[in-house]
Amino acid sequence: MTLASANPSGSRSEGRLLSLILGLAILVTLAPVARLFFEGVTAGGSLNLTFFSEVLAKPATHSALRHSLVTAGLGTVISVLIGSVFAFLVALTDLRRKAALVFCLMIPMMIPPQITALSWTQMMGPSSVLLKTLGLAPPLGAPQPLYSPGGIILLLGIQHTSIIFLTLRAGLRAIPQEVVEAARISGARGFRIWWQVVLPLTLPSLLAGVAITFVTALGNFGIPAMLGIPAGYATLPTLIYQRLAGMGTTVLAEVAVLAILIGIVAITGILIQRFFQRRQRVHLVGSTGRPLAIPLGRARLPVEITLWLVIAGILVLPMMGLLATSLVPAYGVPLRLDTVSLDGWYEALFRQPSTRRAFVNSFGLSIGAAVVLMALCLPLAWLMDRHQTRLSRAFDSLLDLPYALPGVVLAIAMILLLINLPFTDLTLYGTIWIIFLAYLARFFAVMFRPVQSSLRQLDPAMNEAAQSVGAPLWRRLRDIVLPLSAPAAAAGAILVFLTAFNELTVSALLWSSGTETLGVVIFNLDDSGETVMASAVAMTIVFVVMILMAVIQLTSRRLPKGVVPWQS
Amino acid sequence: MAELTLTNIGKHFGGAPALQSVTTRVNDREFLALLGPSGCGKSTLLRLLAGFEQPSAGSIRIGNREVANADTRLIVPPEERNIGYVFQSYALWPHMTVRRNVGYPLEIRKLSKSDREARIDAALEATALGPYGDRMPSDLSGGQRQRVALARCLVSDPTAVLLDEPLANLDVALRASMQGVFCDFHKRTGATMVYVTHDQAEAMAMADRIAVMNEGRIIQLDTPEALYARPRSRFVAEFIGDGAVVPLTGTSHSDSACEATLLGTRLRVETDTPTPEMACLRPENLTIAETGDIRARVERVTYLGGRYRLDLVAASGEPLVTQSNTRYAPGEHIGLALTAPWAFAAA
Repeated sequence: MTLASANPSGSRSEGRLLSLILGLAILVTLAPVARLFFEGVTAGGSLNLTFFSEVLAKPATHSALRHSLVTAGLGTVISVLIGSVFAFLVALTDLRRKAALVFCLMIPMMIPPQITALSWTQMMGPSSVLLKTLGLAPPLGAPQPLYSPGGIILLLGIQHTSIIFLTLRAGLRAIPQEVVEAARISGARGFRIWWQVVLPLTLPSLLAGVAITFVTALGNFGIPAMLGIPAGYATLPTLIYQRLAGMGTTVLAEVAVLAILIGIVAITGILIQRFFQRRQRVHLVGSTGRPLAIPLGRARLPVEITLWLVIAGILVLPMMGLLATSLVPAYGVPLRLDTVSLDGWYEALFRQPSTRRAFVNSFGLSIGAAVVLMALCLPLAWLMDRHQTRLSRAFDSLLDLPYALPGVVLAIAMILLLINLPFTDLTLYGTIWIIFLAYLARFFAVMFRPVQSSLRQLDPAMNEAAQSVGAPLWRRLRDIVLPLSAPAAAAGAILVFLTAFNELTVSALLWSSGTETLGVVIFNLDDSGETVMASAVAMTIVFVVMILMAVIQLTSRRLPKGVVPWQS
Repeated sequence: MAELTLTNIGKHFGGAPALQSVTTRVNDREFLALLGPSGCGKSTLLRLLAGFEQPSAGSIRIGNREVANADTRLIVPPEERNIGYVFQSYALWPHMTVRRNVGYPLEIRKLSKSDREARIDAALEATALGPYGDRMPSDLSGGQRQRVALARCLVSDPTAVLLDEPLANLDVALRASMQGVFCDFHKRTGATMVYVTHDQAEAMAMADRIAVMNEGRIIQLDTPEALYARPRSRFVAEFIGDGAVVPLTGTSHSDSACEATLLGTRLRVETDTPTPEMACLRPENLTIAETGDIRARVERVTYLGGRYRLDLVAASGEPLVTQSNTRYAPGEHIGLALTAPWAFAAA
């Protein structure tokens, strides 16, 4: 009964529980965003429109905005070039080992940007351990080529390649194979099919991917911070960071304006993305079951080799650079059998109090966020699907905002919301709780969406059968809903853990001594010249990330469709 | 066990009414079928009885207890109604074994372990599932899954059992044997049962009474025999059984019999209304005879196995249906003798 599932009765206790959890979820996710934009439009207090235009008129703001737009824009071009070639080849042709290829292409997305930046700098430049070992290092004093706008653009492009790849591949999969077969029957071949049939049909999803890639690149903090700050090249996120780190909360009003500025650009991008994503769904009828496999013929082996070389270039080489650096006794020493040393690892993992604290903090924050979000999202997703009210629908369309908005925007919003708790003199700024609450807001969508999609695939009769035999609400949640959505919830929890564990942008603005996260520690170690230790911590994180990704990958067969982000 | 009483029930989803002023009573220990074309509101009515939906108007009683009332906004949730519900999709919980599926209602009711085991065994025995207790639902066939669903609602002695097209997902051979399972179940437990189906053969085979529904209303509630022999509306006459509906005129009543003109000939009709306007001509009301009352032309011949179904057009233009033991060629003209058809008011 389709009518029934849209408007089922439930007991009143369900309605009460829904309002309770929904209220809590709105408080956690949307209150900070609302607070920030309230700050933007309010005329009272320290902020008004004159101040707004004053900040916008500063030359530093201008150049940072220009730098942001240039790096994000050109970075997106690089993402499109690599991502779309991979997407078209993987989705349309008879390449072998597609799963392994896709998995490797996804790793850069899951590796935090500051580690990407660190690993690339270890692969190039005069002090690269890898190049020294191979005897290829440029002379000392030669510039690090990545400390430049070009370096930022290149790495932003590589970091976000997978976003283009995923959205485009999803669009390609939605093309019914009959459409391509009809073109072939009509006599079209090879490039002509791609140019006249496939490309026009996938254009909306490509444009949606471009928009969201641009927004993500715009909000990226790790790469411009690691590469741009040494070169004196500031983007909006790094400008906010530098102002706040240098001057403290006295410049809060000013950075709020900058955050709103990024927020507006980002929301424009998100709206463009949603517009194209909606357009993409229409007009395509037909079966999409069997994937297309246009034979590449003799070109297959060369194409495969090229693709794997690209993977090697953007994934394996930087990781080797990082590994090499982490294994030398001191930065600048070439890596040879007699110089291999685990001192950096030992120092970073067991000696340094700040790194040990960071491990504890990051583990605690990530596990805590995963657990709390699971407890919140499971009942909420289930109840929202059963009782669709205007409020729950509005929340459904807005809950991605804290995740989609750049991290600096959310961080500033969190500071504004929590620096003075209402009705008290207390502040959460400077405590671990502000980071924790920010993580809850930011990763809410990461947990909610997989759980939601798995619950939507659940037969509503499962719950009704339990109702008819007398099971009250909490028994049904415990005995039926929880076990049946557990795989998706577990995958969601691992994803939250993974992203929170890697996170730098939000915590970079919210940390203080004692509440460092791993992201912050790598950044600080590198900043203070402890590159070997930074590399060791970074390698540890890369290992954790790859193990968790492999766990999800191996269990993906048992998960409902749409749960694993890199298997759309 | 208890009777179910519906008073003036209405239900709409958004704008379109799914049910309109339904008033009816399901007697204690009765097997009632809700029969109608898809979209007639029969599943909605069942879901209202179960409590999955709230009525927009009217009230529902199970036994002496009011469970829903649109005026007082009373709604007893499904979990407090003590009814059994069998779903078209079986709705077995895939993460529980057959035993746990069947025993779950008893877990909710906090029965002791030994008590529980005994009742699960009895329910599995009654549905011939004894050897399958430790299997998972995914290891069972369709018919076995539906028997587990039946055992699950049998185990907790529900006051009424509601079945929503439980055989729709099964193949034809299994359906016949599962009909036997449901009938036996009804006889042995004496449970009040409401059974939704769009298959009239299924309803006729099992139900004590059938409620024929259309466009959100119960059109006629009667025994299967009465629905077939004495329909009270054109919809029921055409929906139930084979045959043709023709208009009649010039009704005249004598002391015990009633005569009327139909198909251009005057003959005796059975009726219980003073002014019938339509007559229902079942195939058995028409006998092929050269000296018959009317003439008709054969339009189409369908072999049914052992006999033929003839689509006819009467000389006066109405389509008719009869059966014959011999084949006729399309276009042939035959004579028909008419025996006392049932006549009813048109509405």
